[in-house]
Amino acid sequence: MSVTAQSTKSNPFEAERNGLQLRRSIVNKLSIILTGFFAICASLFLIYLIGYIAAKGLQFINANFFTQRPRAPGETGGGWATALQGSAIFLSEVGRGPFASFVRFLVDTLTGIPTIIFGLFAWVLIVVPSHSFSAVSGGVALGIIMIPTVARATEEVLRLVPNDQREASAALGATHSRTIMQVVVPAARSGIVTGVMLALARVAGETAPLLMTAGGTPFFNTNLFHQIDAIPLRIFNFTLSPYQIERDQAFSGALVLIVFVVITSLAVRWATGGFKRRGR
Amino acid sequence: MEVPVATERNSIQARSRAWLRASLSQIRVQARRPGDFAFRVLLYLFVGIVLVIVLGIGWVLLSSSWPTIQQFGFKYLTNPAFDPIHNTFGVGPALFGTFFTSAFAILLAVPLSVGTAIFLTEFCPRRLRFPLAFLVDTLAAIPSVAIGLWGFLVFAPWLQQTGEPWLQQHLGFLPFFQGTPYGVGMLAAGLILTAMILPIITAISREVMVVVPVSQREAMLALGATRWEVIRYAVLPYGRVGITGGAILGLGRALGETIAVTLVIGNQATPPSASLFQTGYTLSSVIVNQFGEATPGVFLSAVLEAGLLLLLITLLTNILARLLIARMGRVGGGLTA
Repeated sequence: MSVTAQSTKSNPFEAERNGLQLRRSIVNKLSIILTGFFAICASLFLIYLIGYIAAKGLQFINANFFTQRPRAPGETGGGWATALQGSAIFLSEVGRGPFASFVRFLVDTLTGIPTIIFGLFAWVLIVVPSHSFSAVSGGVALGIIMIPTVARATEEVLRLVPNDQREASAALGATHSRTIMQVVVPAARSGIVTGVMLALARVAGETAPLLMTAGGTPFFNTNLFHQIDAIPLRIFNFTLSPYQIERDQAFSGALVLIVFVVITSLAVRWATGGFKRRGR
Repeated sequence: MEVPVATERNSIQARSRAWLRASLSQIRVQARRPGDFAFRVLLYLFVGIVLVIVLGIGWVLLSSSWPTIQQFGFKYLTNPAFDPIHNTFGVGPALFGTFFTSAFAILLAVPLSVGTAIFLTEFCPRRLRFPLAFLVDTLAAIPSVAIGLWGFLVFAPWLQQTGEPWLQQHLGFLPFFQGTPYGVGMLAAGLILTAMILPIITAISREVMVVVPVSQREAMLALGATRWEVIRYAVLPYGRVGITGGAILGLGRALGETIAVTLVIGNQATPPSASLFQTGYTLSSVIVNQFGEATPGVFLSAVLEAGLLLLLITLLTNILARLLIARMGRVGGGLTA
């Protein structure tokens, strides 16, 4: 600003310079308004979506909703994903050099593969040969989907364990494996659980792979080798239903699912202190 | 740094001898601790399982779709009919629909998300930053079937009644807004995809912008730049590679999105045109729609080849995105995406 103040009136460029200044400040203000508008649009869409689903869905939420037959929400869980946490331990504790970064790259890429591919995989391997949808095949598909989430979350947590603890353990004469199993993993346990919860929240909303594997059925069923229902499947089927009442119930199902997923991710973030880190 | 004089320590012979001694002693140490060795083997085994799964998926899809590949070859990519009755299969419309909706979503989502990210990292008042960022992040957590439900029962009818006729009336001279408004179709699918990939691109853009060194911004400010000019000339060029990576990651997500798109795209092949009102197919919606009827044989393998194609396309986009983001991470340091 001092430049403008110093320049005399006879300066032939003054008008031009003022015009430039004006344009720059207008562009600056516009950019703030525009980006702010974008950010608010994105947030408002979410608020609207949840609000709409809640308004439509709340009317059917009561005790019967969870227990009555037409929509017994049996969720198939990924049974064996936890076993594959070993690869996360590998990444953070043992893995060094190019092989580790290749594995990390592979796990990352696994995140980006559409979940329907995993459904297709489980479908071809289990459903087609056995001529029947089954809870087991759904569990396999969801289990594979969980691997990258759990593995990467675990890796991050294990990295946070201070090196002092590892060195202390080694100084006491513990072997590498002992150090990992009895010092590092227990120290990171809560974080690992968090990762598993996060993955659980992620697969709870999966529809496409379950459509191809679990099949969906209106009947309550505890046999793992038969069709089993899941909330996303019921929502999908009710969405395409010709009956208004079933469509409305689909909103109830969606509400339950969203509440579960959002609460889980909120809890996870609270537990990991993500609130503080996000504030930067 | 090495001294160019060939001392005894530096000679290749000595170094290799030292290396041999070191590795031998390591083996001796490992032999002394069988538990450690077994543990190591176990971990490698776990990694092996992950590797086997990834390769297994590719192998299973490839071998199961081999009959179709042999029978139709490249014609499978262009053939408009997916017709089990006449035993002719192709995914031409599905390929077109996949890329058309994803391209539309990316075109819309990138400015929106980068703008959102800019606002959140640069302009936003501190008090608003966390709630806004949280809302955008939460959008990513909404299950796709819930968005599909809303899209099919609320959004598509609205488009048919209000949105598309309005577009036709005011922008009907463009090839994008011609034809019969059905509600369901490319426009609905593209818009819903936009909402679904927005959080990913925003999150990665934010992480990229956060690692831009403060000194760069300060240097720009010291030159008398406005806050927008700081972003335009210091932040965005620095983060360009990472933001591109984020956009490609979003593209990968859009290409593979299944349930929400299947619900709103109409699942009816029309001859490809530029119109956003036309109904269509995507690769994933072909799979969802056809797997139920697929009888073993060519039909089954045709469905699986759609899956194989989808796997290849998304793998390529993801690898590209990860490489770009990783490069950004090396430049900026400490970026985890």
